[in-house]
Amino acid sequence: MTAAITLRRIGLPRLIVHLSVLVICILWLIPTIGILVTSLREPGQIASSGWWTAFSGAAETSAARLGEPSTARQDGPNYVISGSVFDAADSGPKGSVRAFGTKVAAPTEFAAGEAADLGDGETLTVNEDGTYIYSKNAPFTDKRGKRVYLSVAQPPSFTLNNYRTVLTSQGIGQAFINSLTVAIPATIIPILISAFAAYALSWMHFPGRAIIIAVVVGLIVVPLQMSLIPLLKMYNEIGAFFGIASRSYVGIWLAHAAFGMPLAIYLLRNYIAGLPKEVIESARVDGASDFEIFVRIVLPLSFPALASFSIFQFLWTWNDLLVAMVFLGTGKDQLVLTGALNALLGSMGGKWEILTASAFITIIVPIIVFFALQRYLVRGLLAGSVKGG
Amino acid sequence: MASQIVSAFGAVIAGVFACALYYWLSDKLLQIVLPVRSGDVQRISANLKTHAAIRPWLFLGPALLLMIVYLVYPVIATFILSFYDRSGGNFVGLANYWWAATDAQFRQSIFNNILWLAVVPAACTFFGLVIAVLTDRIWWGNIAKSLIFMPMAISFVGASVIWKFIYEYRGADGTQIGLLNAIVQFFGGDPQVWIAMPIWNNFFLMVILIWIQTGFAMVILSAALRGIPEETIEAAVIDGANGWQIFWKIMVPQIWGTIAVVWTTITILVLKVFDIVLTMTNGQWNTMVLANLMFDWMFRGGGDSGRSAVIALVIMAAVTPIMIWNIRQASEDRGGH
Repeated sequence: MTAAITLRRIGLPRLIVHLSVLVICILWLIPTIGILVTSLREPGQIASSGWWTAFSGAAETSAARLGEPSTARQDGPNYVISGSVFDAADSGPKGSVRAFGTKVAAPTEFAAGEAADLGDGETLTVNEDGTYIYSKNAPFTDKRGKRVYLSVAQPPSFTLNNYRTVLTSQGIGQAFINSLTVAIPATIIPILISAFAAYALSWMHFPGRAIIIAVVVGLIVVPLQMSLIPLLKMYNEIGAFFGIASRSYVGIWLAHAAFGMPLAIYLLRNYIAGLPKEVIESARVDGASDFEIFVRIVLPLSFPALASFSIFQFLWTWNDLLVAMVFLGTGKDQLVLTGALNALLGSMGGKWEILTASAFITIIVPIIVFFALQRYLVRGLLAGSVKGG
Repeated sequence: MASQIVSAFGAVIAGVFACALYYWLSDKLLQIVLPVRSGDVQRISANLKTHAAIRPWLFLGPALLLMIVYLVYPVIATFILSFYDRSGGNFVGLANYWWAATDAQFRQSIFNNILWLAVVPAACTFFGLVIAVLTDRIWWGNIAKSLIFMPMAISFVGASVIWKFIYEYRGADGTQIGLLNAIVQFFGGDPQVWIAMPIWNNFFLMVILIWIQTGFAMVILSAALRGIPEETIEAAVIDGANGWQIFWKIMVPQIWGTIAVVWTTITILVLKVFDIVLTMTNGQWNTMVLANLMFDWMFRGGGDSGRSAVIALVIMAAVTPIMIWNIRQASEDRGGH
């Protein structure tokens, strides 16, 4: 029995705990749900109503023209024009009428079904289904049909068009490929390198080992900012010397591999140093070289630690903006997803159908990785919670 | 596009193959130059000793090379560059430091960074601890933890878009599609341009990082809470302590070490905060922080390596105490054989 369980017996009433956790969860989820829902809505609806109304439908303002006075028929002392506001050629989208008005500034002046007194002996009733009765106690004198403004409730509607738009015409598709091109090699390349180093630092004896370990631990927290200027200069010089582009995928792979290296070595060393001594000693007695021990015994046994690190490194490289902006550039065909999204924020500010769909494409891959491999991620965090990103 | 996928895939295979080849070849070479499988006993024993001396460096080589080129050398170079002019060609002494001491934007950034440092680590640790305690006591706690932990997988840029939508402002009379303004309006308040309100806008940006990092604090602290020995709690119960006292006087003191780790980790992250400010405000409306100012000077007007080096060094100086503390901790409980 754990301490937490004991506390449960004596603590606050259970219901309050359940409720507060529920509230926190909802609070934490709402921002993400907001962009997911928005990315699936029609652009017109996004701009005219909050995403939280998406499921109850949105009210849209539209205008319609009633039938021409020539269609009026006499009914006792009154002249009556009737029909449906949705029949007019210029009518807006169909739906159910919530309210109507005769001035553009007040489209919700009268509720649907209410008989509106328009003065001059005129009354107008617009029903929810769009049918209307417009009557006057004298003949209509206007030349054209009367203009009315309607608040029409739209049924909830969802679309994948926003995703189609951003993937094809906003460069998000290309950026997605670029992100994969950066993240996958930048995750795999450092694993092998750091695993060999971690093995050397835990099972081999040589002078200076303690110092190297201390330096590696120190390097974990060195801010990226310290590396940017000299590396940018170095890349430019190498590019100029060999006459090649200074910003390339190879350059960013190596940069990511190096920046992830201290944490990788630290995490893997913690794990590899904890492997049972007998296994490695007996292999040594059998005449296996360190190379063989590493490849045949240590590497397979270290799978959980390798998995933890790869998840970290993948999330970090996929979500990175700074390294990509400096070492890969901000040209249209070099942008990774985070960079593309940042550029869209500048150029498409306020176009939330574009921004939310792009954002969701950006976050979906790490979220899938997160939920699928959460176990390893937590284990890695617990093993080496010293890196800040 | 397809060719890019193929080349990326090719790069993965080539990269891994080259790495593996290096380790395999260097090992083979060692075996050939200094054979240990045949020859006289004395020779073998001498060769084995040489192997033991050379092998660690073969294993460590690529990792050390990468870290020296990308981390150690740049730290030294940045330090030297901070004494040179914008192009890095002419020695200017302490001029860049003097500039930093007198520049208003630099002071603004320091002030904002201190605000971030005062709020974000404390808020994340506090919320993380509270949520860890609460979720440990209910049967669906793991699901709740998962959901609160999830923002950790989201990029800072993605999170910024998510929150920019919450802070969206649509004119005083427009229909508010941003959640925050809609709530304010619902309770009779006036909609605001949240990210353009000096001082307060810093806090609206901080919320994003707190939203992301609370899950991290929660996971670590939850594991620490589970490690508290049962007896200490039982003894307190027998002595008549209530839940509140047990939490603050028995549980929290026992996980002090872990709280420190969480706090320092988030502190380092906060010192380097860049993406959120870049995407939300780009440093406008007095939200500039050091990492953004540094990036700005790296490219502003063709770039000024001296001034941006000084800013980088300030960030480095701020993490140095944590770095020393980490190294001390690591050398105390060193494993290995």
